Amino acid sequence: MQERASIMAKPETLETIYGLIAPINKKGVELKPSSTFASDLELDSLTVMDLVADIEDEFDIVLPLNMLPDLETIEQVADAVEKIVS
Amino acid sequence: MDLLDKFDSIVELRSSLPFEKADPFKVVIEEVISETEAIIGGRHTILAGTNNYMGMTFDEGAIEAAKAALDDFGTGTTGSRVLNGTYGGHKALEAAIADFYDMEHCMVFSTGYQANLGMISALGGKDDYVIIDADSHASIYDGCSMGNATIVRFKHNDPENLERRLRRLPEEAGKLLVVEGIYSMLGDAAPLKELLEVGKKYGCMTLVDEAHSMGFCGENGRGVAEQLGVEDLVDFYLGTFSKSVGTVGGFAVSNHPKFDVLRFVSRPYIFTASLPPSVVASATKSIEAIKRSGNRRAHLWENARQLHTGLKSAGFKMCTEQAESPIIAVHLPDVMMGTRFWEQLLIEGVYANMAAPPATPAGMFLLRISVCAQHTSEQIDEIIARFKSTAAAVGLDV
Repeated sequence: MQERASIMAKPETLETIYGLIAPINKKGVELKPSSTFASDLELDSLTVMDLVADIEDEFDIVLPLNMLPDLETIEQVADAVEKIVS
Repeated sequence: MDLLDKFDSIVELRSSLPFEKADPFKVVIEEVISETEAIIGGRHTILAGTNNYMGMTFDEGAIEAAKAALDDFGTGTTGSRVLNGTYGGHKALEAAIADFYDMEHCMVFSTGYQANLGMISALGGKDDYVIIDADSHASIYDGCSMGNATIVRFKHNDPENLERRLRRLPEEAGKLLVVEGIYSMLGDAAPLKELLEVGKKYGCMTLVDEAHSMGFCGENGRGVAEQLGVEDLVDFYLGTFSKSVGTVGGFAVSNHPKFDVLRFVSRPYIFTASLPPSVVASATKSIEAIKRSGNRRAHLWENARQLHTGLKSAGFKMCTEQAESPIIAVHLPDVMMGTRFWEQLLIEGVYANMAAPPATPAGMFLLRISVCAQHTSEQIDEIIARFKSTAAAVGLDV
C-alpha cells in the first residue's frame, strides 16, 4: 500500500462515513477517525464488505476488494475515498 | 510466539456450541447403503445433505468404467496434465463435456475449486477487473485473491447494483463478470439474463459457475443459463464432478478460439496431479448418462417441490419462496437453535447440513437440505415428518 503520511481526511468525508456506519454500530461505540472496524466496532469481514458497498454508492466510486486488508480504520477509508474521488 | 494462537477465538466459539451427541463438522459416515442412506453414529440415516443431486454415485456404467480403468491404467497418473498426466481418458472426458455443453473446448481440472482458481486467476490480469457477486463461493473469492486483477463486488443477484459498479470502471479495461447459476447455501437461482445482459453492455467477458445447477437445470441439464435461454451470453462455463456427476474434479468450457492457451498459464491446472483414470472414466460415463436422464431430472424437481411445499406448510421459515433448485434451506433463529436442531435431526435419522457464517450471507443460520433424484417420495415425506418432530423436540416455534 502507498504511504499515507500527510493525507488528512476532510471532516465532511468522515461525517458521511460515520452516517453510513451508524446503522451497523449496534454497540453504540463512539466513532473517531482512529476507530478500527474489527476491534473497536467489532464488525465481521462480511459486514465491512457491505459497508464498503454503501460507501462506494455514496461517493460514486469503486473501492476494490483488494484494498480492504489495508483499510483498518475509519480514517484510512476516508483517505482512500478522497484519493479516488480527487 | 505460537502461530496457532490466532485461532483461539474460533476454538472458543466452537466449544461454546451446545453439541452433546454429535458435531456437524466431525460427522463420520460409517457405511453407505445407497445414494440416499447411510449409517452414521451407528444409526440408519437418510442422507439429505450430500449434493448428490442426480444420484450418480452408484451408477452401474460409471462404476464398471472406473473398475476397468483401474485395471487398465492403474490407480493414478502421478503427474501434471502438461507433463505425464494426460491420458486418452482425460481427452475423452473433455470431449464428452464439450459435447454436453455443445461448445468447442474443455479443460478438466483436478477439483471444481481449482477450476475457479485456475480460470479466474488466469483470465484476470494486472490491469483487468473481475466483478463478482457478493455471495460467491469461496473458490471464486480465492481465485480473485490468487490473481492480480482489481476485484469489484456487487450486491447478490442485483443487476441494477452491478450496472452502477460497471459504469464506474474504465470503458476500455478488460473485465470478467463471474456469477453462479444456483447459489449453494440458500439454493436461490440467479437472474442470469439481466446480469449477463448488463455485463455484455459494459464489455465484460462472462463466466458462469453451474456447479450447483448442472445436471437438472435446462432441457439438457447444462444449467441455469440453458434454462433461461441465455447461453449465447456465456463466454465460459465452469462446473464440477463432485455434485451431479457423483465423483470429484472440475472443468471449464468455452467457444473461445484461444481457450487452449489457458493450459499453459493456469497454475492450478499445471502444478497439481491430474485426476486418476478411474475418476475420469466414471465422470465420462456419468456425464453421458446425465445427458439422457430426462426422467431423473423430472423426479428430482418433483422431490424438491414436495419437500419445499411440505416444510413450508409445516410452518418452517423457508429461504426461497418456492423450490428454485434441489437445495432447500430453512432459516433458524440463531446458532444455538441451529446447533440443537441439527443434532436432534441427526438423532432422528436425517443428515442435513448446518450452515453458518462465513459460509452463509448476512449472518444467517440455516439448515440446508440437498435433495437427490434417487430419494423416493416416501423418503421426502419422512424427512418432512422428522423435521416436524425435531422442531417439537428442540422447542422451535413453527
